[in-house]
Amino acid sequence: MVNYVYQLVSPHVFSLEYEDVDFTKEVVIRPRYLAVCHADQRYYQGQRDAAVLRKKLPMALIHECCGEVIRDCTGTFQRGQKVVLIPNVPGNDDEMIYENYARGSRFLSSGSDGFMREFVNLPPDRVVPYEGIEEPIASISEFVSVGVHAATRLSLLAHSRRESIGIWGDGSLAYVVACVVRRMFPQAKVSVIGKSAAKLSSFTFVHNTYMADMLPDGFSVDHALECAGGEGSYYAIDDIITYIRPQGTVMLMGVSENKVPIRTRDILEKGLTMVGSSRSGRADFEKAVELMEDKKFQSRLRYIVYEDQPVRSIRDIQRVFETDMATPFKTSFRWEL
Amino acid sequence: MIFGAILAGGVGSRMNIADRPKQFLQLGDKPIIVHTLEKFLLCSRLDKVYVGVHPNWLLHMQDLLDKYVPDQKDMVVIVPGGGDRNNTIMNIADKIEEDFGASDDHIIVTHDSVRPFVTMRIIEENIDGALQYGAVDTVIEATDTIVVSEDGKVITEIPNRKKMFQGQTPQSFNLKMLKELYHDLSEEEKDILTDACKICVVRDKPVHLVRGEVSNLKITTISDYKIAQAMIGGNAIG
Repeated sequence: MVNYVYQLVSPHVFSLEYEDVDFTKEVVIRPRYLAVCHADQRYYQGQRDAAVLRKKLPMALIHECCGEVIRDCTGTFQRGQKVVLIPNVPGNDDEMIYENYARGSRFLSSGSDGFMREFVNLPPDRVVPYEGIEEPIASISEFVSVGVHAATRLSLLAHSRRESIGIWGDGSLAYVVACVVRRMFPQAKVSVIGKSAAKLSSFTFVHNTYMADMLPDGFSVDHALECAGGEGSYYAIDDIITYIRPQGTVMLMGVSENKVPIRTRDILEKGLTMVGSSRSGRADFEKAVELMEDKKFQSRLRYIVYEDQPVRSIRDIQRVFETDMATPFKTSFRWEL
Repeated sequence: MIFGAILAGGVGSRMNIADRPKQFLQLGDKPIIVHTLEKFLLCSRLDKVYVGVHPNWLLHMQDLLDKYVPDQKDMVVIVPGGGDRNNTIMNIADKIEEDFGASDDHIIVTHDSVRPFVTMRIIEENIDGALQYGAVDTVIEATDTIVVSEDGKVITEIPNRKKMFQGQTPQSFNLKMLKELYHDLSEEEKDILTDACKICVVRDKPVHLVRGEVSNLKITTISDYKIAQAMIGGNAIG
């Protein structure tokens, strides 16, 4: 069958690619709702390094997606079943390493085509079923699973004193991570540290929110999650090193295009553990779906999902990326191409 | 209920490149009609897909189903085609009513078998449009200037291009309405019909428009065939 793939060929420019796909294997899914990630936006805006753009484009963007099973030759899913899609393609089988970091693993929408396709075919282990989640919310499952992955690793790596956890950042990643941390560390006092009073006001479910330049005297946390990224990475990491207690664990989650200087002297003095955490695997998706099937959790997420108009043309794709630039949190949209 | 109707009744070839109807030529690694059928079979809103095939090619079509879509054969019904396009549609309509009974609500999505690049958006918008309006046609804005000539020698008229569209398929209808309009036509009127939408137009039944795609091309000539092969990254055979 001829499948349509909507590829970014250069910043702001999409083109159509037709692929002759054998849909008699694996699970065939019709994407229903997609959500935009900052990573997609960086490709769209041309903010990645020119050499990276040259190497990776043309490529279909978007790795956050929920859809409907149209057919499944493996017999794992029912026709019409609602599912979320895992963009990570595991590489070398290595028991010591998470599937999402193993050598040889690939990521759809970073080097391979993402989900801006008419139909997507995936092996059954890259598909997670869900029930009772509104589609615009379900479309950000990958995003939630990244939060789950970080919280899971924090719980495995951090020392057992977890009375206070600090989250640096006030964007959608910080919001989702805060939601997940509140669930997975119910005893911990959670503080969110940001730069926008308006954005911080949406974190109604954490114990404290602070403006980064107005942290109270004596403020400290046992462990921290950095969710700033970009230009904010430097300031967030610098603050974390200042305010974290000795032997705390720092989860680094924000992406920065530039190198970030850090005070290694203080990391050494405090004996800190710095952990990179970005991508999620199947277990994280399953946990994310479990959390999202809870109505209260889902309601919280609704606050950060802006549903744009459906996409029915390439011009609509461009509109979605422009909308996303103008909205503070996540942009989700019905995919009708 | 909602039915697909893939029209493959023709036997003539304007391509002069093969001894078989063009819908049975290979595109990539399977026949054109199989690509088209596979796209329809992925539309979960269709209850059944009928394929109208010239009587001489019924067995060949059955072989293709066995070979390419063995696990979805029960979703497809092969119907002998009639003398022309609209006769084939009516044969399919009769078969639908034989299989499922007549209903005021049946929708039929008719489509050229030689348009394998149809998209799911176009199919779904056809279904939505047929449900809402009773009749829809898939069109794209005309890019070339259309010239009218009554005698084929001198221009009679050059219509405003902004009002000109090129018809594609699918064309979708409320089945009962389409049958009633068709059987109301005289034989002379039927003779001048080149497509199913005209059945509605000559009886003043509004036909709404669905936006097609330039890529939803009809593979009619050797150049179309070469373009289609290039689009999916293969080489034309011929």
